[in-house]
Amino acid sequence: MNIYEKMMSIDRRILFLLIALSVIIPLLKPLLLPVNVTKEARNLYEFIDKLKPGDVVLLSLDYDPSTMAECHPMALGILRHCFSKGIKVIVTSLARPEGLGTAEMVLTQAVEEYNKKNGEDYVFLGYKPVPGAVILAMGEDFRLAFPADYYGTKLEDLPMMTDIKNYGDIKIVVTFAASAIVDLGWVVYAGGTYGVPIGAGVTAVMATDFYKYLQSGQLVGLLGGLKGAAEYEKLIEHPDMAIKGMDGQNVAHLLIVFFIIIGNIGYFLGKKAKASKGIGG
Amino acid sequence: MRRQIPLAITFICGVVMAIQFFIPHQISQEIYRGALDWQMIIGGFVLVLGIGSLVTHHTGKLKHQRVGWGYSLVTLLSLAVMAIAGLFFGEMASGKPFMQIFIYAQNPIQATMFSLLAFFIASAAYRAFRARSFIATLLLLAAIIVMVGRVPIGAKIWSPIRDISTWLLDYPNMVAKRAIGLGVGLGMISTALKIILGIERSYLGGGK
Amino acid sequence: MSTQIQSEEKGCLRWRITPLVVLIFLVAFCGRIWAQTPGDTLLPSPPSGVTAFDTPNDAGRNITINWELSPDDGKGRNTVMGYDILRSESREGEFVVVGSVVAGISTFQDDKVENHKGYCYKVRAKDHLSSESEVVGPVQASGEWYNTGRTVVLIFVVLFTSLVIFFVNSAKRGKKLYVRPIPGMDAVDEAVGRATEMGRPILYILGLSTISDVATIASLTILGRVAKKVAEFQSKLLVPCYDPIVMTVAQEVVKNSYLDAGRPDAYDEGNIWFLSRSQFAYAAGVNGIMLRERTATNFYLGMFYAESLVLAETGNIAGSIQIAGTDAVAQLPFFITSCDYTLIGEEFYAASAYLSREPKLLGSIKAQDWGKVGLVALIILGGFFASIHFDTFVNLFTVGH
Repeated sequence: MNIYEKMMSIDRRILFLLIALSVIIPLLKPLLLPVNVTKEARNLYEFIDKLKPGDVVLLSLDYDPSTMAECHPMALGILRHCFSKGIKVIVTSLARPEGLGTAEMVLTQAVEEYNKKNGEDYVFLGYKPVPGAVILAMGEDFRLAFPADYYGTKLEDLPMMTDIKNYGDIKIVVTFAASAIVDLGWVVYAGGTYGVPIGAGVTAVMATDFYKYLQSGQLVGLLGGLKGAAEYEKLIEHPDMAIKGMDGQNVAHLLIVFFIIIGNIGYFLGKKAKASKGIGG
Repeated sequence: MRRQIPLAITFICGVVMAIQFFIPHQISQEIYRGALDWQMIIGGFVLVLGIGSLVTHHTGKLKHQRVGWGYSLVTLLSLAVMAIAGLFFGEMASGKPFMQIFIYAQNPIQATMFSLLAFFIASAAYRAFRARSFIATLLLLAAIIVMVGRVPIGAKIWSPIRDISTWLLDYPNMVAKRAIGLGVGLGMISTALKIILGIERSYLGGGK
Repeated sequence: MSTQIQSEEKGCLRWRITPLVVLIFLVAFCGRIWAQTPGDTLLPSPPSGVTAFDTPNDAGRNITINWELSPDDGKGRNTVMGYDILRSESREGEFVVVGSVVAGISTFQDDKVENHKGYCYKVRAKDHLSSESEVVGPVQASGEWYNTGRTVVLIFVVLFTSLVIFFVNSAKRGKKLYVRPIPGMDAVDEAVGRATEMGRPILYILGLSTISDVATIASLTILGRVAKKVAEFQSKLLVPCYDPIVMTVAQEVVKNSYLDAGRPDAYDEGNIWFLSRSQFAYAAGVNGIMLRERTATNFYLGMFYAESLVLAETGNIAGSIQIAGTDAVAQLPFFITSCDYTLIGEEFYAASAYLSREPKLLGSIKAQDWGKVGLVALIILGGFFASIHFDTFVNLFTVGH
């Protein structure tokens, strides 16, 4: 095997090892590269920032442990933003049963940081199957979908929910997801049918799917992947795991580009060498 | 008869729910809410079917000691442990065994599976992005521009790359996705119509 | 001398006028403060033009009240802070407040009414005093039997359904319909044959969605046709399922396909089983099957999410031929880079018809094509009219709630 063929067929285990190192090393030795804020992240931030203390938002933590790395920092950032401004929060998790645990984890973390009280500053509704049905039911009345909160207290017994009936009493719904629940669920049913503003935090691979909703105004703002989470942490001036993780992402992206270039150099030079051998021989 | 009844049910339900979309009256809303309630109820009950199939499949493998029976043993033990932890020691409350296993076992395992994508993206990109033709070259260039432009360091290397990658995502990418989305939408309506009208019947089993 | 006198007169005049001007401003300023303080007896101007009507296109129990803003709302004395909406069951009856809005808002929906019962309304503008509009009503709420806001959707549904029926009937009458080749579906025979030669199984993934997803149903229709070929080639088909209901349907579909192929004895229900409803647990399970069983051919047809690349790359490592098809646009790039054949978007929905070559099914593909032609024409027209700011055309396609 000549050098060009070797360049074109590097063992995938070597690629995997280099990718692992490119993520681990910056975590241990941060490069502290700056984060630029995109318009879509800033739009979501400004919408929430303009809300007044006492306003209520609905956060739907529709992700599970597999996408926690990207969605968890976004959810935490927005919870911190809301709690710091005295905005009340209704939290639910609709996509998968495993999402319930991750939703409770992030909510508990934010509640402890800001010393918030259940029933007065936040309500945790829990999980229900068939998200489309639940989203539509909440448009009529939250009590239709969730007669009681996750801890078993009836919604009418929660002080925060006294004046909250449906989406008409909510300022914005922000969903954190890695699935079609964002557009086929929240944008179409909640936003399209009931007119409530929708924001989304999605995994990076899905983010490009939702630009069309930004352009049409069906989404107020969008956080895409770990970068979106880092942007939000920068905006709320609370750097945490997302900003730390961006160093690794920077290096990994450059490494992949390097592999692609090496592969193509091997391809072209190999082709040239074969052609010249053919002419010579 | 065996096929006629399901076809009739499909037709009636499909037409009723299609008409319901255009009727805002209270009666129509009651029908809709009833259908949603039934969906939620059925969604909960199907898990019983699934667990039955899982247990049958893996005990069969264990019994006959087929290739990979060790994994079947792990699967059944994990199912038993989680079920016992949830049923007898409290479910998803902080500090309970079920929650502990969820946080310290399931969460990291699922996050790890997702993180495999980072490695597979590298190997797929390395293998697939070769400039074998004009279109392949366009794909390669677009991939490089977007990969570098979407991370902060890209702007440090070459400042216009961020705007170029944003333009690529906002325009050509958006156009292509919308076009495919329009086709998908028509395909979905066509498939749904075929099923409601009984033209497509292979989902019932058999071709004719 | 006269200049001096004129100048002195001007100065005198300035001395008289200036305090007068200052006094006027002071009176106006204090008057404004006075008007806002409880000593002020001037009422705000009432709102006018109040109308109340049954909210259209709803299930009933909702009355909309509109009014013109008080002249003192944002202009005039600029003292109005908000409006109360009052309701009674008769014009002479007792009025109670049913809602309030802030200044600048001129509409309110009363959703606490009963259907077919008369209600009267008036609107009160308020600062620290208040004044009321005339009473309007009685008006009754009721549910509508047709949502006029969705007429454009109805028109499109009727048009497209007519198109499908027209082309299906044309096909039934024997008209030949051309469908361009779909390489992924042309490769099915080759892929199944390869598996048979190698003595390795075929893996069919129905996607990670439920039976209510059209993509899953489309995948089940293709499964039926693939299963029939597998039965004919006497190969082995593995179908690990994400959803229990999909699993039961898949079992029926495959069983009937084996029956159609005349090989009911070869059908093994154990080859179609429930794997997991957890996305990455499912992906891990499928990866294990691919690597242990060394599947010769993998079909990924249905709805997929982030696990698509994990599945496809593992299949690549295992050396399988891979045919993918999904309507999840975000996952298409991953399948295209890792799979041998990919059905993009509506090709996936056309696949069942393409494989069966049944005229009725091919007719529906034609309808899709002509539907797309219509959409392209509308897009071009819409783009043109939007460019010349002719909004009437674009507004025709607005869909109400």
